[in-house]
Order: sequence, then C-alpha cells, then structure tokens
Amino acid sequence: MAEQTILKATNICHSFGGLMALKDVDFKISSKEIVGLIGPNGAGKTTLFNLFTGHYCPTRGEIYFNNRKINGLKPYQITPQGIARTFQNIRIFSQMSVLDNVLIGQHCRTKTGLWGAIIRTSGSKREEARAYETALKMLHFVNLEEKKDEHASNLSYGEQRRLEIARALATDPTLLLLDEPAAGMNPQETSTLIKLIRQIRDEMNKTILLIEHDMKVVMSISERVAVLNYGRKIAEGTPQEVQNNDEVIKAYLGESA
Amino acid sequence: MNVYYLQLLILIGINIIMASSLNLVIGYTGQLSLGHAAFMSLGAYTSALATLRLGLPFGAALLIGAVVAALFGIVIGLPTLQLKGDYLAIATLGFGEIVRIVFLNLDITGGAVGLRGIPKETDFLWVICLVLITGFALNRIIHSRVGRALLAIREDETAAESMGINSTYYKTLCFGVGAFFAGIGGGLFAHWFRYIHPNTFGFLNSIEYLCMVVLGGLGNMWGAVIGAGLLTIIPELLRQIADLRLLIYGIVLIIMMRVRPQGILGQSQGKSTHTLSRYYKQILGKIKNR
Ligand SMILES: Nc1ncnc2c1ncn2[C@@H]1O[C@H](COP(=O)(O)OP(=O)(O)OP(=O)(O)O)[C@@H](O)[C@H]1O
Ligand SMILES: [Mg+2]
Repeated sequence: MAEQTILKATNICHSFGGLMALKDVDFKISSKEIVGLIGPNGAGKTTLFNLFTGHYCPTRGEIYFNNRKINGLKPYQITPQGIARTFQNIRIFSQMSVLDNVLIGQHCRTKTGLWGAIIRTSGSKREEARAYETALKMLHFVNLEEKKDEHASNLSYGEQRRLEIARALATDPTLLLLDEPAAGMNPQETSTLIKLIRQIRDEMNKTILLIEHDMKVVMSISERVAVLNYGRKIAEGTPQEVQNNDEVIKAYLGESA
Repeated sequence: MNVYYLQLLILIGINIIMASSLNLVIGYTGQLSLGHAAFMSLGAYTSALATLRLGLPFGAALLIGAVVAALFGIVIGLPTLQLKGDYLAIATLGFGEIVRIVFLNLDITGGAVGLRGIPKETDFLWVICLVLITGFALNRIIHSRVGRALLAIREDETAAESMGINSTYYKTLCFGVGAFFAGIGGGLFAHWFRYIHPNTFGFLNSIEYLCMVVLGGLGNMWGAVIGAGLLTIIPELLRQIADLRLLIYGIVLIIMMRVRPQGILGQSQGKSTHTLSRYYKQILGKIKNR
C-alpha cells in the first residue's frame, strides 16, 4: 500500500494493575484501508480501541494520528480530530430519539453555546438545520430513516448497532473503529452490514478498523488482518496469510480449524 | 386580590423557578444535587444586600444575586461534578451546609438574626415575568445542541465523551445555569418576605425542591411546574398538620418510587435510566458495599 499512514502506534503497553493487557504492540493503518483486528477473548482488542480513542492512556508507547501525538488526550479531544468508534456493548442514548442520537454525533462539528441556544441566533438556526440534514443523511445511509422519531431503546439489536454506526459517522471521522459490529446479528443482517462497511469506505472515503469474531465477516471485508493474543501482536497480513499462519492457527483458529 | 392567595401564587411562582432549574441539573443532566437551596440563599442575600446597603434597583439586584449564585455554582461544580451519583449528592449537601454556616457567622449578613427590612419589591408581575423567562430560557437550552449534550451525559457519559462532548464543561455549565435561576428565586423570595436568615434555606429546602422535581417527573419541564404547584398547595391545605409535612414528603416519595418512579409526567418508555429509584438503588448499593 502506497497510501499514507494515518494512525501509527509504537511499542504500546497497557496494564490494568498487574495484568498486562497489551505488550509492545506496533500498529499502523493507512488511509482508506479496511483492517480487521482479531484474537481470542481477552486478547486486548477492545483495550487497543480504548487507547486509540483516549478512554485509556497507554502505560507505555506512543500513538500518532495524522502525525499528531494523541496519547494522553481525552476522548472529547480526539473525536474532533477524526476518530470515531462504536462500542462492543452497545452504548446508544436509549431515552433519546434515534434522530437526536445521531445529532449528538454532530456535536463536535457545531458550535452553538448557551447564548446562541437561548436567543436562537440566525447562525445557530442555520447550524441546527445543517446538523439535522447531516443526521438524516447518516440515518438514510444505515437505512434507519423511517425510525428517526422512535425512542432509541425501541430499536432491535441490529438496528441499534447500525444507529451506533450512524452516530459515529455523524462526527465526520476519517478513521472509524468498529468493535464487533456483527455481534448478535442474524445472517441476513450480517450480510447487510458487510455491504454497509464497504460502502462507508468506498462512498464516504473512511478508513476502517474493525474487531470481529465472525471470521466470515473479517476475512471477506478486510484487506489486512492483525492478530492479537495475550496482549501481543502475533501476526499481520492479508486474510490468506493470517489464516495460514501457524502461530495463529495454534493460538486462535486452532480450536475451530 | 386576597393577600393570602397572592402570597400562595408568588410562592408557587418562586418554587416553579426553583424546581425547573433543579430539574435541568437532576432531570436532564442526571447530576444529583442536594444543594439547590444554598444557591437560592446566595441570590437572596446578595440581592438583599444590594438593595438594602447599595440602594440598587430591584432588577439589578436580582441579576447580581443570580450572577453570584451562578459563579458559586461554577466554582463548586468544577471539582464536585467529578464525583458520581451519591458522592456528588453528599458533596453538594456539604456545600449547602457550609454556605448556611458561613451566613450564620458573617457580620454583613446579620449572622443568626439575618437580614431584616428588605424592601418589598417582589410583586405578582415580577414573579410571573421571571417564571416565564426561566421557562423560556430552560426550554430553549434543552432543545438545543447544549441540551442534547446534557441529555447525552445523563444517558451515558462515556459515550457522550466519545461523541466529542466535554462532560466536565457541560456539567459545570448546567450547574451554573441551575444556580443562576436559583439565585433569581432567592432574590424574589427575599424581596417578598422582607426577612431572611440562614435557616430559611437549609438542607430540607433542597430536599423539598428535589421532591417537587421527582413528583412532577425528572426531565420533564411541565413536570417541575406541576410538582412545584402541588407541593406548595398541598402543605397549605394541610396546615393543621404542618408538623407532619416532612413525613408526608417521605411517604409521597416512597409511593412514587413504587407506583410511578418516573414521576407524574416523566417518560415511561423503555428502561428508565434516570428515576429516583436509580439513585435510591445506587445509594443502597454503596451502603451494602461498606
Ligand atoms: N477496565 C479494566 N480493568 C481491568 N482489566 C481489564 C479492563 N479492561 C479489560 N481488562 C482485561 O484486559 C484484558 C484484555 O481485555 P479486552 O477487553 O481488551 O479484550 P478483547 O480482546 O476485547 O476481548 P473480547 O473479545 O472478549 O472482547 C482482559 O484480560 C480483560 O479482563
Ligand atoms: Mg472486546
């Protein structure tokens, strides 16, 4: 890939008390790639996401996003720079409408403050209209437009996962991190999801890193796959290379292959 | 108008301001504050001193009182809002007591005697206008980018932060706004009753406002209005058993928790994440863990 690197992590270590969840992990993502991140339960995949998005600060190592150091920054400082994520355990704003959920994604791209809100200045009205338009576009994209006025908690599981994706897209990221987006989906929903992820990259020009246990999903959409095991990166390469890697088979696919 | 009914209406108006501003903090942002009466007292004392000692016009005095209350809200909110749930409740409760004790011991505020002879400036027109302004401003805030950020924090602070929302900033902002309107309520109160002392604004008053919000429905604008109205009128009707007022509040809260945890007008869809019973469970959980 001759594309430029947008995320670079070097020598990442992260420990929870005595437990080393990540050990010396190096990681790189190039622009417009779809990268899969796999590994057995507890391998440290979600922890890596939490480090990239500022939910944790790495014990050691550095993370650069678009050549700017981001480790040590808070999530609300990293999101505006262009990283968005979904959560392994869905975290939608359940008591709010579907549309409001996505509108919140536009928070970091809008500015209206207290005063603008009370007075409803023409600037804040215009901004609100634009945010509304963007939110509707994202809902249309994930095919939830008709449900925009529903309470988010009334959506089905698969719909909630798609809502989380729409909300993340509304932050206008360049890099989208998806934590097990297919978990709990039926085969039909999963195949829609695969199409959706491809569309996000091809039509919206996003870079995608996804954690997924469903091997069909990972192997079919990833151009590159990285494998974590016990906090170490044990392999990286094309889906074929990874599937044929002895260490991976031993550590991970061994159970099923 | 009959003086008695006028006074009742004015009290209802002040309580609507108090309950709806507290609702912004508790109902919409999910921060359990038990110090709302302290912000009211800051507004009451400041505005009363402004008219009494400085001879300022009432409107200016109200504004100054509200600003001082808001500044305290921000200064207090910044560190304490890092705390969650019951810890925040205890910290705000402590803050309220500190304010009361400071007023009790300051010369300028008249110590335990309080301030007397405050000019009677509050009238029906002032109250109705300020109730409308408060309602208007809070409603606009809630239905805006800022209000959505507050709701997002209530729903899931981690997810809110990952949407680019600086939760410390917004929680402090909402605390400041809540304190601002509580300060206005205090100014109106002081210039109606013309006499204030530290115990006018104690912990139990904060609990009273909490009850109004919970009864009406956390996170519902009209709920706070109804709660304030009911809990002002009912005690008046039950004057003979005034001593039992707190007991009645307790019973009302417990019944609400069992029968309608979301309050009279609160939403009931989905799983309620911001009802009093949640706070109640959190507190019980913490006690059990000790
Ligand atoms: N907040 C935390 N505190 C303590 N330990 C944690 C914490 N988060 C994760 N861990 C531990 O770190 C290790 C890596 O967890 P992580 O959630 O990153 O795994 P994962 O690869 O995402 O697994 P899964 O496929 O089950 O989601 C696990 O052993 C986990 O128990
Ligand atoms: Mg995980």
